[in-house]
Amino acid sequence: MTVASEAKAIEANAIEAVGLQKAYGEVEVLKGVDFRVSGGEIFALLGSNGAGKTTTINILSTLLKPDAGAARVAGFDTSREADRVRRAISLTGQFAAVDEVLTGRENLVLVARLRRVPDPAAVAGRLLEQFGLAGAADKRAGTYSGGMTRRLDIAMSLVGSPEVIFLDEPTTGLDPEGRLEVWDTVKDLAKQGTTILLTTQHLDEAEKLADRIAILHEGRIVVDGTLAELKKLLPPAKIEYIDKQPTLEEIYLSLVGTKKVEATS
Amino acid sequence: MSTIAETTVLFGRTMKHIQRSPDTIITVAIMPIAFMLLFVYVFGGAINAGPGNYVNYLLPGILLIAVASGISYTAFRIFNDTQKGIITRLHSMPVARSSVLWGHVLTSLVSNFISLAIIVGVALIMGFRSGAGLLSWLAVAGILALFTLALTWIAVIPGLTAKSVDAASAFSYTLIFLPFVSSAFVPTASMPTPVRVFAEHQPVTSIVETVRALLASRPVGNDIWIALAWLVGAGLVAYVLAMRAYRRVP
Repeated sequence: MTVASEAKAIEANAIEAVGLQKAYGEVEVLKGVDFRVSGGEIFALLGSNGAGKTTTINILSTLLKPDAGAARVAGFDTSREADRVRRAISLTGQFAAVDEVLTGRENLVLVARLRRVPDPAAVAGRLLEQFGLAGAADKRAGTYSGGMTRRLDIAMSLVGSPEVIFLDEPTTGLDPEGRLEVWDTVKDLAKQGTTILLTTQHLDEAEKLADRIAILHEGRIVVDGTLAELKKLLPPAKIEYIDKQPTLEEIYLSLVGTKKVEATS
Repeated sequence: MSTIAETTVLFGRTMKHIQRSPDTIITVAIMPIAFMLLFVYVFGGAINAGPGNYVNYLLPGILLIAVASGISYTAFRIFNDTQKGIITRLHSMPVARSSVLWGHVLTSLVSNFISLAIIVGVALIMGFRSGAGLLSWLAVAGILALFTLALTWIAVIPGLTAKSVDAASAFSYTLIFLPFVSSAFVPTASMPTPVRVFAEHQPVTSIVETVRALLASRPVGNDIWIALAWLVGAGLVAYVLAMRAYRRVP
């Protein structure tokens, strides 16, 4: 394969999962998961607790080997070319994995050094700026609020500009403002061409963010498509007249006065 | 080569933890120092451990107790990294898996040696003297390093597998207890037979006897080989078990 055609193949399918199966003892978590994510897409994997979202992400990010099936990420096989996959991806797990004893800046420099990014200090400085953490850069991460910690966590994932980013329930445990901050970040990343696979239990999150949505249920992908395509699966909408009540989120945000209200619309 | 570079970066990270909470080193040094004061100035007069200063007799066992309590901090740090997802994050990065653990193990080695240096300093004030030459001191340092390594690899196992932070560090109490049933504080000859048999055949006695002989410039005899066999054997078994536990961590 020539370099050009290889690059094209990567762009076509940034993530490709074929027949992924995984069991823990007797419990079959994944029973044959298939999906594809194109380069630059935001893909939401939707499912209830225990549906196998984290297991899927762990396989795609080389942390687990599937019992059967295969996955390619950024053009590389996750089992046989794990190291090449790791260079192309980053994973933000369910719990913010930041070192609380280190400062925000030190956390970023640590990741930059491990990823062998040139000029770690400059990379850290730029990300702190971008994520509105410059003011707290030299405070211990243990003193950060939930939203700040999550922003630092995501900033750490962006060191070295990976092509594919996995976000496992990125807004779990965040207040409404923190959630909007994360949503804005995800949208910005996708604009820059990063492929994003995120898992969520919140339907509105998938609806607001994702180009495509797949529903993982009992170890299989039961539907996969754009929001418009998924809506077609239901009978045509009936027209009903109802009062448009503000959502609690809109009330909350107008009262506490955040500048990011438009992100909810 | 890259593994060494990554280990160095991760070692730097955990050493920062120690710099920022120096109490970990102080706490590790204080309990053995308290034992040393207690045994020398309270019980010491009633203990017949042969001629010479009792501090000289006591110090090797005190150093082992310090290491046995010091490694629980390694278990604690590894437990924290596992719980917080930091290990998972590192594994999803192009970082050699082995360097993640070696970073912790080297930190354990360095921080325990700082504690040991403090304790030796206090012992000197209390009258500890040694005529040992440079080679003997290097041999003592080597044995203590092997002891720290073996115990650290033991500590890695609960660090990776424990369900709670207390469980992660509780195992070290057993290890702290071992020197008490050995020749560390009193000669084994005065013990009742079953206790004496245990004391003479458990690893601490041979290690203590070796270090004591080296510091007193006496011939080490067979003890050094028994000690080395214990240290290398226990270290290897712990390493294999730790690696097995580590493979299960995603």
